[in-house]
Amino acid sequence: MTELRPTQDIHAYLAELEDIPGTRVYTAARARRGYHINQFAMSLMKPENRERFRADEAAYLDEWPISAEAKAALLARDYNTLLDMGGNIYFLSKLFSSDGIPFAEAVSTMTDMTWPEYRQMMLDGGRSPEGQRSIKGGY
Amino acid sequence: MARITAGVGSSHVPLLGVAVDQGKTRDDYFGPIFAGYDWTREWETREKPDVIVLVYNDHASAFDMKIVPTFAIGCGERYKPADEGWGPRPVPDVIGHPDLAWHIAQSLILDDFDMTIINEMDVDHGLTVPLSMMFGTPEAWPARIVPLAVNVVTYPVPSGNRCWALGEAIARAVASFPEDLNVQIWGTGGMSHQLQGPRAGLLNREWDNAFLDMLIGDSDAARWIPHIEYLRETGSEGIEMVMWLIMRGALGPRTRLLHRHYHIPCSNTAIGHIVLEPAD
Repeated sequence: MTELRPTQDIHAYLAELEDIPGTRVYTAARARRGYHINQFAMSLMKPENRERFRADEAAYLDEWPISAEAKAALLARDYNTLLDMGGNIYFLSKLFSSDGIPFAEAVSTMTDMTWPEYRQMMLDGGRSPEGQRSIKGGY
Repeated sequence: MARITAGVGSSHVPLLGVAVDQGKTRDDYFGPIFAGYDWTREWETREKPDVIVLVYNDHASAFDMKIVPTFAIGCGERYKPADEGWGPRPVPDVIGHPDLAWHIAQSLILDDFDMTIINEMDVDHGLTVPLSMMFGTPEAWPARIVPLAVNVVTYPVPSGNRCWALGEAIARAVASFPEDLNVQIWGTGGMSHQLQGPRAGLLNREWDNAFLDMLIGDSDAARWIPHIEYLRETGSEGIEMVMWLIMRGALGPRTRLLHRHYHIPCSNTAIGHIVLEPAD
């Protein structure tokens, strides 16, 4: 454990957050970019909205000020692309709950594993942090 | 006077709530997880806390991106379990303690913590799963709850140091409440887990256990762990552990370990649980 105080320089702080392999930290920049993606997903908490979305997904998405690329990613359930566009997993989870997909199964679609392979990895103790901590440091 | 008698740390994985609600807590998958809470359930029946300050985070249930409070305290009379997309959990309503909550809120603001006040909200698995783990399935929860919601989703989240200091301020606030109340503070969330991206599924048994070690005794090392370390070592959602530091800070300079439990996995997550009391 390091006993350093948290970085106080905001630029250094934010740069470090981008140095983690396979991870999109939900920074203010992503929160801004993905605002309507996340608020769209939040709207699926209401049963009547879920019904309208299921009836015609593209039409429902057209009610939101979301880019064509983001709409395509939402229709394709391409969660890694949605993370890149500022989607947050707790909001995106409203979409996969609406699809009736368990949380862990939806999570597995963002990895290079199938759902059974991912589930087995978790039973075996999860993914090791070894080599997964830093892009620049490679450790 | 009111006093903080103990601190509890616990994961709040939603699947644990599903296991309770569907009666699966003793099956092969969940049995080893729930067995680690048996000691605590029995202990709580003897301790009979009047109030629990329950530190948790909302998972896009009561709050969306319209408003993101860093620290928010529930001062309402009661809170309903949230519908998180599959209907509300069949658990009792959570009964607040508005007198104590408002006292804490006012004290914290005077103590330089600019709290957001919540009078009405629903509470999601972040709050109700720990209640199920510690109290089982009663008709009514056996304690009043003061919900304390922390933003651990949108960065920057509060620092470990700030969380620890908030815990210290909560202890001062409780100690100045004139009614004789047995108050516990619970810190929830964690431990290591990552729910997003190609690195999803990361768990770190060694780091998690070192973190649990740091909560025991007179060390304050955990308050200085920077965000980047949680992210690198414990996955993108491991940052929830800063909420345990609010609990730890409220217990004063030294703690004594009463109970500890760790299990991998539960869904995507490492389960951690600790019971501490303030030590002289």
